[in-house]
Amino acid sequence: MDEKETGARTYLGVPLYRPKVAFFEFSSCEGCQLQVLNKEETLLDFLSLVEVVNFREAMTEQSDDYEIAFVEGSITRDDDVKRLKKIRKNAKVLVALGSCACFGGVNQLKNRFKDLNLVKREVYGRHPIDSGPVRTLEEIVKVDLKIYGCPVKKAEVEKIVLHIAIGKSIVFPKYPVCMECKRNENICLFELGEPCLGPVTRAGCDSWCPNNRAGCWGCRGPADDPNLDQMKKIMLEKDFSEETLLDRLECFGGFSALMKKGNANEKVL
Amino acid sequence: MKKSCNVDIRRLSRVEGHGNIRIKIKNGKLMEARWEVVETPRFFEAILKGKKWDNAPWITGRICGICSIGHTLTSIRAVENAFGIIPDEQTKKLRLILKHMETLQSHTLHLSFLVLPDLMKAGSIFPLIKTHEEVVLRAARIKKLANDICDCVGGRRMHPTRTVVGGFTMLPEKEELRGFGERLKEIVSDLMLVAELVRGFSLPDFVRETEFVSLKGEGDYPFIGGDLVSSDGVRMRELDYKKMTNEYMTEQSTSKWCRLSRESFAVGALARLNNNFEFLHPAAKEVAGSFGLMPPNHNPFMNNIAQLVECVHVVKESTRLIDELLGSELKESRRKVTPRSGIGVAAVEVPRGILYHSYEFDDDGKIVKSDCVIPTGQNHANIQFDLEGIAKEYAARGKTDTELELLAAMLVRAYDPCISCSVH
Repeated sequence: MDEKETGARTYLGVPLYRPKVAFFEFSSCEGCQLQVLNKEETLLDFLSLVEVVNFREAMTEQSDDYEIAFVEGSITRDDDVKRLKKIRKNAKVLVALGSCACFGGVNQLKNRFKDLNLVKREVYGRHPIDSGPVRTLEEIVKVDLKIYGCPVKKAEVEKIVLHIAIGKSIVFPKYPVCMECKRNENICLFELGEPCLGPVTRAGCDSWCPNNRAGCWGCRGPADDPNLDQMKKIMLEKDFSEETLLDRLECFGGFSALMKKGNANEKVL
Repeated sequence: MKKSCNVDIRRLSRVEGHGNIRIKIKNGKLMEARWEVVETPRFFEAILKGKKWDNAPWITGRICGICSIGHTLTSIRAVENAFGIIPDEQTKKLRLILKHMETLQSHTLHLSFLVLPDLMKAGSIFPLIKTHEEVVLRAARIKKLANDICDCVGGRRMHPTRTVVGGFTMLPEKEELRGFGERLKEIVSDLMLVAELVRGFSLPDFVRETEFVSLKGEGDYPFIGGDLVSSDGVRMRELDYKKMTNEYMTEQSTSKWCRLSRESFAVGALARLNNNFEFLHPAAKEVAGSFGLMPPNHNPFMNNIAQLVECVHVVKESTRLIDELLGSELKESRRKVTPRSGIGVAAVEVPRGILYHSYEFDDDGKIVKSDCVIPTGQNHANIQFDLEGIAKEYAARGKTDTELELLAAMLVRAYDPCISCSVH
């Protein structure tokens, strides 16, 4: 699409920079990309803000001429590494889109098993299959920006793209989901008898799950200086097992750097 | 005119996930036609091992970004079946509305955003925004309504939050439901306009006799649970799904393939429609009739039309379900969960066909073994044989590379494959 087709945007009469963007995916459910198409009321606005030149799930045309690459998914194969490095070379800004790209997402749960051959055998039997440990984008290339969440929030993606287009810096909240949840005047999940990682998880989702009376599973990774010891104390006080806490902490991979080895982290099939 | 043709599509566009198409024709003779799945596996069945039951719906919902509601509901049903939990009528109705709206969302995404560009000779929906704005806005309107209802009933349109084993964490307000009921009535005219638009195009005329597998309706068009049926006359219980799917590995795919009475079978909207036509809403039947779609239909491209027919059906059915819910008090109802050892199997018709989850639990409700059989995994072999068939037909007719490339891509797209889901 060129500007004639969608109309150039201006701010106080000055034409806005309309970056060329590309979307790519590795191991994932492709849901984060879909979220971009999934907010129908702002879809056309969003498409006038950027020029989409690569989006395999939605369009046939492809181009290597782009400035921002949104990359979803985690890395498990050598051909993935090659493709990711090529994207990195082409893009001025590489954005890790969603928890799989940022932390490995649910995919990294397979890394908790000591022997990945047993993981393969569990699903494929003796049939050979090419797959290594799950790695984040950052373990392979430089990542300029991370958009957290499983799934990402379209509103947050839009805000970030707008900020890039108008050259405004991007600030993520450092406080936990718990603050947003209180601001939304929700009943505390612990009062309802539900476990919740709201006290230690990075905000920015507007306490998406707790608003629906579902406890937080930490998909956005840790807030600044999360007090995991206190989190554990609350969970145990409320009669939840350590296992329930670990299930949630390890679910999306955001806390893996903070979690001590030797916990539920490593298991034998 | 004997021609040579070479089609080599890497990472086919406008489908979910990664698949390649290769066709080689030499002097009018088909040398090779292959549907290859190159997607990286994520090993969900291994991931679940040792995890407690409450992890299953939350994690397996992430198998798919398009049909996360379907996966979540299937997972919940498998856990409930294992623990002997029977959801109440209100929960069943709300789950069905949620499923219907995922179907509407997914079918609309496929038909109007992924397939329509082929019919309108565009590379994507993006240029159509300028040339056919109303067509795009209409599709967005339908999709938005479906997604709004999913937000309301399921808490979130993707990876739902309110759906749990035993029921719902939170219920919609009656006022919200009433509003959606009205919007559903209004959206029917939009669906009719989509139908009118699509009737203006002719789909490729390709027929290959196929075995169709789906749930068996008992008085209703089936969506959640029940017996399994095939158009070749096989009938089985939900619990015996493995005998219906017969998964096996092949070197051309990281997804498993399936078979039943023949070398392949098909699942999805066309399979459901072929096996359960009598239970469709009269308005949906009428739309089917307007396309000359009557069971049994063996043209895979008609899956697109079957999806449109189902859109009308799920809108009409959801309107009825909402009316029923509005006629009584909405009660908080979440069944208590008492884990026990055993096996739970669930079969649910998700947008792309029949989906199975099966979990074996130990006494503490921890998963010992799990198995997910995905609709697109069941379709891969059928796509392969269709591709061979269509390539053979067109080899003799002397198509150009570009024509055959488009036709092959359209064939695979007609199945609405969810490839990363099939590999999981």
